[in-house]
Amino acid sequence: MTPYLKLDHVDKVFTRGKVSSEVLKDINLNLGKGEYVSIIGHSGCGKSTMLNIIAGLTRATIGGVILEDREVNSPGPDRAVVFQNHSLLPWLTVYQNVRLGVDKVFAKTKSRAERDEWTMHNLNLVQMTHAKDKRPSEISGGMKQRVGIARALAMEPKVLLLDEPFGALDALTRAHLQDSVMALHQKLGNTIVMITHDVDEAVLLSDRIVMMTNGPSATIGEVLDVPLPRPRQRLELASNPVYLDCRKRVLEFLYERHKFVEAA
Amino acid sequence: MNMQVIKTEPATALAKPPVASVALAPKQAPNYDKYIKAAKDAAARIIPPLIVFALLMVFWELLCRRAGSTLPPPSKVYQDTKELIFDPFFDRGGIDKGLFWHLSASLQRVAFGYSLAAVVGIALGTLVGQSVWAMRGLDPIFQVLRTIPPLAWLPLALAAFRDGQPSAIFVIFITSIWPIIINTAVGIRNIPQDYRNVAAVVQLNPLEFFWKVMLPSAAPYIFTGLRIGIGLSWLAIIAAEMLIGGVGIGFFIWDAWNSSHISEIILALFYVGIIGFVLDRMIAGLGKLVTHGTSVS
Repeated sequence: MTPYLKLDHVDKVFTRGKVSSEVLKDINLNLGKGEYVSIIGHSGCGKSTMLNIIAGLTRATIGGVILEDREVNSPGPDRAVVFQNHSLLPWLTVYQNVRLGVDKVFAKTKSRAERDEWTMHNLNLVQMTHAKDKRPSEISGGMKQRVGIARALAMEPKVLLLDEPFGALDALTRAHLQDSVMALHQKLGNTIVMITHDVDEAVLLSDRIVMMTNGPSATIGEVLDVPLPRPRQRLELASNPVYLDCRKRVLEFLYERHKFVEAA
Repeated sequence: MNMQVIKTEPATALAKPPVASVALAPKQAPNYDKYIKAAKDAAARIIPPLIVFALLMVFWELLCRRAGSTLPPPSKVYQDTKELIFDPFFDRGGIDKGLFWHLSASLQRVAFGYSLAAVVGIALGTLVGQSVWAMRGLDPIFQVLRTIPPLAWLPLALAAFRDGQPSAIFVIFITSIWPIIINTAVGIRNIPQDYRNVAAVVQLNPLEFFWKVMLPSAAPYIFTGLRIGIGLSWLAIIAAEMLIGGVGIGFFIWDAWNSSHISEIILALFYVGIIGFVLDRMIAGLGKLVTHGTSVS
């Protein structure tokens, strides 16, 4: 089977003046269609850089990203990103924020009425239709992130990229939103790449967990399959031996073999 | 009807069964309080400046009342300029016109020059803010040009345009454009990378990016520049008009000085101040309206 999304020998070197530092080294990763893959690692290991390379916001120094047999090296709506800090445009309403992407992506294929309907449909998916005329400053952090997800989903991306989407939220809101994302993945079957530093989140949501070694020159240390059946229930999993084993293996990787060394 | 009853005889009104009047009573009380509070707030803002103004007038009157004082007291200013105050619309041809015509001529020049400066300034500011090379090339030139006093441009403008009207407009333009350029550039440079990323993922083209992301994101900065610009252009027009002559409040002041009508100068200064204040508030208000919600993210 040819992979849906492929990272092929990706290296990233940042050069500032005469100093250059290698952030990522020889990243190889294949994703199947509909797969949910998490990338986990200590801060500074280049996870976000890796996501930005997939998104096309940063270019790989060596190697490239192949999506459906075509190389992608500039940003586009086929790889929609849900940003860590939601990044909604504060002067637009919730509806307008989602509509902005819809208008661009479906400019030729959908009529005005259809685009309106599609925008509302996606707001409905994340249960945000009630706040459609509010501005981002008027809604809570969790709601903002929901709108961010709706904006990304509305572009009908081939791959949905989540950059620590729940990082800035409180624990209860985070759990609630994780359930929403899980339900959406179940319903829509998107291919998802998620950056996280939360072990429970990674195990709960992913089909596979990609564990990164520490930077500089970070690379993929290990890939763990999470053989838990879907739909998954947070409460039942808490005592599930497979879940606990996966969790333990990620923890071992992060805290024994690749301990975070401050200012190495 | 009901309201009157409540006011005069609250006991009987409450004793009556109608639901409406009973419901009205508690509803009315907070409303009434609200008006009192609003009135108090307004009074707190209006009364102190009025008192200070009155005191200043008294002080001025006392100071200039003595025989041999060089400036007229307010009572004399009022007497001398009564005609100008109460009939601003007369037009006896030439420059013998009411104050309304002078002010509107000046405002028209400002409107032309300032609008031009706003459009060109925002465009240049965007260029300088967006492109490192444009900044490196243009910024040093701007920094030097912006220190040239407005009136220093006037002779050059007169030489180029050979006419007062376009020269005055040019002086307005060249005076007010610098703060607009510089503030716009800062605003554009401060657009968060997040917004740029969003625009990149959605694939906005440069024009859409300009209208949908750059302008709204930089709007608070742009309006700071616009506000400084309108103040400067109002400063410049008075000075420029004194030199170019014709209809306009600047030349009105100069003409009054030449004919020793000191009272008219004082009246004109009063109008100039009020209009400058109104212009500033107009741009500030427009800015508030346009940037609604932008500052909070």
